[in-house]
Amino acid sequence: MKVLYFAWLRTKIGCAQEELSPPANVGDVAALMEWLKGRSPGHAEALADLSAVRAAVNQEFVSLDHVLAADDEVAMFPPITGG
Amino acid sequence: MTATIIRVQEEDFDVGEELARLSEGTARMGAVVCFVGLVRDVAGVDAIESMTLEHYPGMTEAKLRQTVSQAEKRWPLEGCLVIHRYGHLEPRDRIVLVATASCHRDAAFEACRFVIDWLKTSAPFWKKEKSADGEYWVEQEHSDREAARRWEKD
Repeated sequence: MKVLYFAWLRTKIGCAQEELSPPANVGDVAALMEWLKGRSPGHAEALADLSAVRAAVNQEFVSLDHVLAADDEVAMFPPITGG
Repeated sequence: MTATIIRVQEEDFDVGEELARLSEGTARMGAVVCFVGLVRDVAGVDAIESMTLEHYPGMTEAKLRQTVSQAEKRWPLEGCLVIHRYGHLEPRDRIVLVATASCHRDAAFEACRFVIDWLKTSAPFWKKEKSADGEYWVEQEHSDREAARRWEKD
């Protein structure tokens, strides 16, 4: 599974993307975020408040209860501010 | 046939050249409406020195294509152009260009407004502003969400 981070999630976590194999009990995006918090203090800080975090799976916006597959591309980021 | 141009790029663009490109080879366009977004030098009380725009390569282009194709379904467009910049930008720099062309002005005006409103809440860009106080990530404007939402009603 490829996990991408953008904006302040990227700077707090300290990398733009990682290739990960979460355990089988990590079923949806919220569970993935909970599991990621254990990887480093940076992950824990970036994902401390999930109400401030949005996600996309395979480049489509999803809610945090979206069910994940092993080869998904998962992106985590704050609400977008383009234009 | 509709001319569709979508680009995400670091470099600046020339509005006149882009509009000329959009209307190349067709005489069906009776109206072209364009919106140009610029970097302001103020955000609240802080003076902005510069801005960095980050995006999600791949998803950005896909979302812009979806937005344009929605506009093409809703209005009889002859052409639609979206250019969005990323990277380092300074006050007065151009950030985004949306141009919509149609036989008549109503469709062109409405579609242009739709594309910029929709893009602001669907294209994955993030702004980081730099002021004398330091750098900070910009938070999403409630007014932008409302502007996009009003197109969901009909």
